[in-house]
Amino acid sequence: MTKLGQWLCGLALLGSAWAALALAPSELQLPTPLREALLPLPVYLLVAFGCYSLATVGYRLATFNDCEEAAAELQEQIRAARADLRRRGLRL
Amino acid sequence: RCSGIDFEIIIIDDGSPDGTQEVAQQLEKIYGSDKILLRPRAKKLGLGTAYIHGMKYATGDFIVIMDADLSHHPKFIPEFIRKQKEGNFDIVSGTRYKGNGGVYGWDLKRKLISRGANFLTQVLLRPGASDLTGSFRLYRKEVLEKLMEKCVSKGYVFQMEMIVRARQLGFTIGEVPISFVDRVYGESKLGGNEIVSFLKGLLTLFATT
Repeated sequence: MTKLGQWLCGLALLGSAWAALALAPSELQLPTPLREALLPLPVYLLVAFGCYSLATVGYRLATFNDCEEAAAELQEQIRAARADLRRRGLRL
Repeated sequence: RCSGIDFEIIIIDDGSPDGTQEVAQQLEKIYGSDKILLRPRAKKLGLGTAYIHGMKYATGDFIVIMDADLSHHPKFIPEFIRKQKEGNFDIVSGTRYKGNGGVYGWDLKRKLISRGANFLTQVLLRPGASDLTGSFRLYRKEVLEKLMEKCVSKGYVFQMEMIVRARQLGFTIGEVPISFVDRVYGESKLGGNEIVSFLKGLLTLFATT
């Protein structure tokens, strides 16, 4: 199954469960506070996911390694390599 | 040479106007044509076809693919090899996002786009590898051949598709943190066009794999 397929199945499952419980006629013996909480649940989850995404990307952005030493080392190695190659006969 | 590892370097140049071919020919004379294989192409073709072209001449059991502008440092190759032996992996992928991997020469905006795009990719594709758009990787030769048959995208998405298809086919992937030093020579460009085609490619992979 494709990833899209997995997502659609998952959403269909959760969606129908939520619809059955939250939108059901009041014959179902569910306590009112629970039903009141269930109704906006999808929006809550969306917002929660949004916050999680922002926090995660923000954290990863802040901890993105800056390879200063690698850059400096590379410059040094380029110099050495150029000198070595010139000795071996390379003309740039 | 000193490490005792048997290797050859295959250089594929599509007629770059900056004198790459002349330098490569001189290197071939200096180090021998058994070590440096110059296989140029007549005109500028894509990266995918460059892989296929290069593979035809490769005689080893493993192939390391890397950028030639020094953004990928050869010092990581022994680490790739060590990692491959450690877990008998089919693919070893260099990652800029884990361990002490990282980049140099990127401003905040570039980093944000990179992290944001990677996050989106992780959520949608759950690929099991931390760096999907990187192109510094070690492949078992048969694995690379198999993947090249199956992959159809271009650009960044091509690199992503390689990993996704590899997972589909049950290949094992190991990771090695690498440092990516950008803009050693020339400019690093990431325009709106590339972002749009990345998103289109990502959604295509999402819907088809």
